[in-house]
Amino acid sequence: MHFSIQNILFLLVAVAGFGLFAWQARKIRANILVGRDRDMSGHVNERLWKTLLVAFGQQKMFKRLTPAILHLIVYIGFIVINIEVIEILIDGIFGTHRVLSFLGPLYSLLTGTNEVLGALVVLAVAALWWRRNVKGVRRFTGPEMRAWPRLDANVILYIEVVLMAALFLMNAADLKLHGASLPGAFPISQFLTGLLPDSPTALHVLERVGWWAHIVGILLFLNYLPSSKHFHIIMAFPNVYYSRLVPQGQFSNVDSITHEVKAMMDPTYQVPAPATEPDGSAAAPTPFGAKDVNDLAWTNLLNAYSCTECGRCTSVCPANITGKLLSPRKIIMDTRDRVEEKYNSPLIFNPNLYGKEAKHDPQEQLDRENHTLLRGYVTPEELWACTTCNACVEACPVNINPLESIVEMRRFLVLEESAAPNSLNVMFSNIENNGAPWAFSPSDRFNWADDLFVAEK
Amino acid sequence: MADLAARGETPEILFWVGCAGAFDDRYKRVTRAFVRILEHVGVNYAVLGMEESCTGDPAKRAGNEFLFQMQAMQNITTLNGYGIKKVVTACPHCFNTIKNEYPALGGEYEVIHHSTFLQQLINEGKVKAEGGESFKGRRITFHDSCYLGRANNIYEAPRAVLEVLDADLLEMKRCKTNGLCCGAGGAQMWKEPEPGKKDINVERAEEALATLDGDADVLLNLQGVESTAPVLPAGSNRGGSVIAVACPFCMTMMADGVKNKERESDVQVFDLAELIASAEGLNA
Repeated sequence: MHFSIQNILFLLVAVAGFGLFAWQARKIRANILVGRDRDMSGHVNERLWKTLLVAFGQQKMFKRLTPAILHLIVYIGFIVINIEVIEILIDGIFGTHRVLSFLGPLYSLLTGTNEVLGALVVLAVAALWWRRNVKGVRRFTGPEMRAWPRLDANVILYIEVVLMAALFLMNAADLKLHGASLPGAFPISQFLTGLLPDSPTALHVLERVGWWAHIVGILLFLNYLPSSKHFHIIMAFPNVYYSRLVPQGQFSNVDSITHEVKAMMDPTYQVPAPATEPDGSAAAPTPFGAKDVNDLAWTNLLNAYSCTECGRCTSVCPANITGKLLSPRKIIMDTRDRVEEKYNSPLIFNPNLYGKEAKHDPQEQLDRENHTLLRGYVTPEELWACTTCNACVEACPVNINPLESIVEMRRFLVLEESAAPNSLNVMFSNIENNGAPWAFSPSDRFNWADDLFVAEK
Repeated sequence: MADLAARGETPEILFWVGCAGAFDDRYKRVTRAFVRILEHVGVNYAVLGMEESCTGDPAKRAGNEFLFQMQAMQNITTLNGYGIKKVVTACPHCFNTIKNEYPALGGEYEVIHHSTFLQQLINEGKVKAEGGESFKGRRITFHDSCYLGRANNIYEAPRAVLEVLDADLLEMKRCKTNGLCCGAGGAQMWKEPEPGKKDINVERAEEALATLDGDADVLLNLQGVESTAPVLPAGSNRGGSVIAVACPFCMTMMADGVKNKERESDVQVFDLAELIASAEGLNA
């Protein structure tokens, strides 16, 4: 152990890196909490089990085998290689070198596994890059996949390669410097040593470059996450934990309407007192359904921050398949964009101001201030194309529920604006007047039985 | 039901007919087929008749929560008034709404979809699918309803019902959790689709026809074993292939899709209850 200016520098870099991330995370938490309150407590065991299967176990990824395997390699690589990051942190702060080497054979197993996984990650990343940029998997396109989301997806892949390269540079230089006396096993780096110079000074410098590049790269990546779809590596876990446990067909009940309807049917029914502000004054009534992001439940906003933009929802959406405007992924991406626009964006990179969107048109700025999620981002045409079939909900690998947001916005259109398509208004009045969505008289309801036991041809 | 109540009796099950089952000319045949099965096995059942009203499903999916709750509370008052404990329905939309959304409004019942109910009758040996029409050598593919499948995880019951028919059962490429909607859910039944390149029911009908014609990449029967059914040349007589459905909306949409492809002469759309009733010889 020998302290040097390097350790102090490292400590500063690490504190700055984690501190900046904590600052961004706090702002995102605040953004999520602008959503309406929804009690998601209880059912802890059931929720933990689901998190274990879907988030840790990647259960829903395996609906599509090729991407599932590639993703699994990168995911396991990420987890195992992070054990090495613990070593780097300790070494960096205390000036030790390969502090975990006291583990002996276990250390060799760890470093060996790391190297193999590192190489597999590079291969998987190459395959993923090929799928995205050469093979042209259809779900990676679409109007919502603007310049930023497309670049973002590739940036993540490039960073992964840089991080792995740094790891191999560090190991190979260290191995060439120390030879067989270096603790650990290096099944990949042993073939790379030939590429490096022979001078011990140069090797030492290269080892340091690899070491610093790896840890600084990780800290930069950590702070890139909140600006990126890659934030899902963190948010997938709470998102799955707080996902719905009720059958997918069960739509939420609007309690305020229940009170009104009960009072209409039974004059003696006591409607609970309206909510009050902390100072005792009556709270502003909340609108029915959702017009803007703060009308959605906080879980819907958590959804938006968990989205990987993989497009599995959109690729199974019957409306989207048949060429309608609706894309469940767009609803989720719009929600995130809108919450960052309306509330303060915590981001270092501002995705909304990338590419052609960066042109500052004063009129557009003004429009942006006045619009809402509904109509500003999501059009009624998209919402009315939904068949509520739950295919998007079923497809999402991290249990995002675009359908809930769609229904909330439909509720706003119908209950606050009376803006349903005319044919649906006809259906509503049929139900009101005839007790059926079609214009038939209730007195004909039993006609089916008239010729019941007469032979049909 | 009112007659029964006047006699002071409570039926074992209430058959919830649903608006389509009561008013849609095509679906009335399904209602009658199911009633014949109920009569055949001697179940003590009743229907609400004119006292039944829309469950409110299309209103709720379209965002009209107020109208939905008005309907729901009215129906709950009727059902609770008669002391109903068990509800059977052939409509997955009525099934989903009464089962999942009525409890929050005070309506707690044991709700069973007719596919599950038929499966139970078959398991108990009360329905054997013998003595009527034979389905030997005919091809049947089942179209999953969203409100039965993904919404409520019922995938096996309708398949178990079809298995007693001695037909060649084929799975479409998109089936079970990956099933493609018929295009009518979420109140789409009552409006024109938004502009696009194709209607959803046509897309789904094309898939069903491709499966029945043997154009699917791999023919699988319902157990996931490769089918023994020979691949028939397109355009040849397939002996009346069947798209089986378990929902009135799917029935309408698939029948329209088949008509759109001008295949109604050799491909028919039937509900599970109709298939079972004709296999059991109950159509007379």
